[in-house]
Amino acid sequence: MRNFIRFIIKHHFVILFVIIELISILFVVNYNAYQRSVFLSSSNRVSAGMYGTFSEGAEYLMLRQINKELAQENAYLRSRLPESFKASKDYFQLVFDSLSQQEYVYRAAKVINNSTNKRFNYITLNKGANNGIEPEMGVISSRGVVGIVKNVSDNYSTVISVLNTRMKVSARLKESGFFGALEWHGGAYQYAYLREIPRHANVNVGDVIETSGYSSIFPGGILIGTVQEVDLQTGESFYEIKVKLSVDYKNLSYVEVIGHPLKVEQINLEKETIND
Amino acid sequence: MISYLPRYIFNFFFFILIQVLVLNNIQFSGFVNPYLYVLFIITLPFETPGWLLLVLGFVTGISVDIFSNTIGMHASAAVFMAFLRPYVLRAFAPREEYQPGTIPIMNHYGFSWFFRYAFILVLAHHLFLFYVEVFSLTHFFSTLWRVIASSAFTMLLIIVSQLFSRGKSRGR
Repeated sequence: MRNFIRFIIKHHFVILFVIIELISILFVVNYNAYQRSVFLSSSNRVSAGMYGTFSEGAEYLMLRQINKELAQENAYLRSRLPESFKASKDYFQLVFDSLSQQEYVYRAAKVINNSTNKRFNYITLNKGANNGIEPEMGVISSRGVVGIVKNVSDNYSTVISVLNTRMKVSARLKESGFFGALEWHGGAYQYAYLREIPRHANVNVGDVIETSGYSSIFPGGILIGTVQEVDLQTGESFYEIKVKLSVDYKNLSYVEVIGHPLKVEQINLEKETIND
Repeated sequence: MISYLPRYIFNFFFFILIQVLVLNNIQFSGFVNPYLYVLFIITLPFETPGWLLLVLGFVTGISVDIFSNTIGMHASAAVFMAFLRPYVLRAFAPREEYQPGTIPIMNHYGFSWFFRYAFILVLAHHLFLFYVEVFSLTHFFSTLWRVIASSAFTMLLIIVSQLFSRGKSRGR
């Protein structure tokens, strides 16, 4: 026993290193579980509050540009949604899709933290459960798809950006309607890849890629980007399509969170069908 | 050594704030990111006990992690670097040993000693960090390129910040 204690004392540096390193690696491996614990993520009150203050300061320097963007967005929304109406002064709109009678709720939120340089990029928004934001809601900006809400605290929420190698978006070609999965592989933040488009589809550079609407997170027809390069390996049955994303992720300020009140109904019905 | 305490408390908060508020937003050519906060561990006094080094490494890493949504990655890399530090210091010890009352900064031990010492630790930290982040060897060479580019960038910032650091020159 005494020898054992002497051994521990003699090698305490290495032993302590191994223990702390194992704890850290455990954090990394259980990453998703820890993501959920809002305390350690940037939904955390202290760090999110600090980011909020910092971004408020930085915002003053960007007011001109933000004003311009908001004005453009307003004009765009007004032209697109003649039948929409304002439900509250908090810029909150109910949009009735006249084709499918589906109902989507759009809530504006401000980006207070954002990254594009990691393999797993996340965005923090300044609205949370108190503003009706829930996990799994889609997030778009005036220029296209941004991501999906992951964690929500009372006043903040974190969003998995499209620029996250764990994220997949169901996307389709606007012209032909063929759909596939859009993924980002890391590296340049302007480009992502569209998979699973069969080789008999007709794809041209410049074709528009939009959301397919099959996922119950995003309504169909929201812009994602345009085709930049089309690659078809001999013997492959699917295209490899490089997509230029329409959203400039380095320059996000205001986004809209899409609520879909009928989502639960849709998912339950689909589940029932599978179980039958 | 107690006289250095305020300096290190200031350094800790200063480097973490600089890291999360400024440097995390710098992306040179897309995905090269400097990690200046490692300088806090690099410049800790020679007499720092081993356990304290590891604990401080962990605390620094996890603080940066919390702000960048990467729980565990910076912590494990910083702990790994703190673990290597005593061995690197021993390997680079000058002939007359480290003088009491000095700390491992450029003003006390000169540019070439400091550069070699810091570069080994920065490279170890970045290697560990980027490979843990990717968590596979599939993108081996693209990751290696990121490690090298980011290390060079970090070293540049470390040298620049050392030029501004306080501490009487020993003229070794």
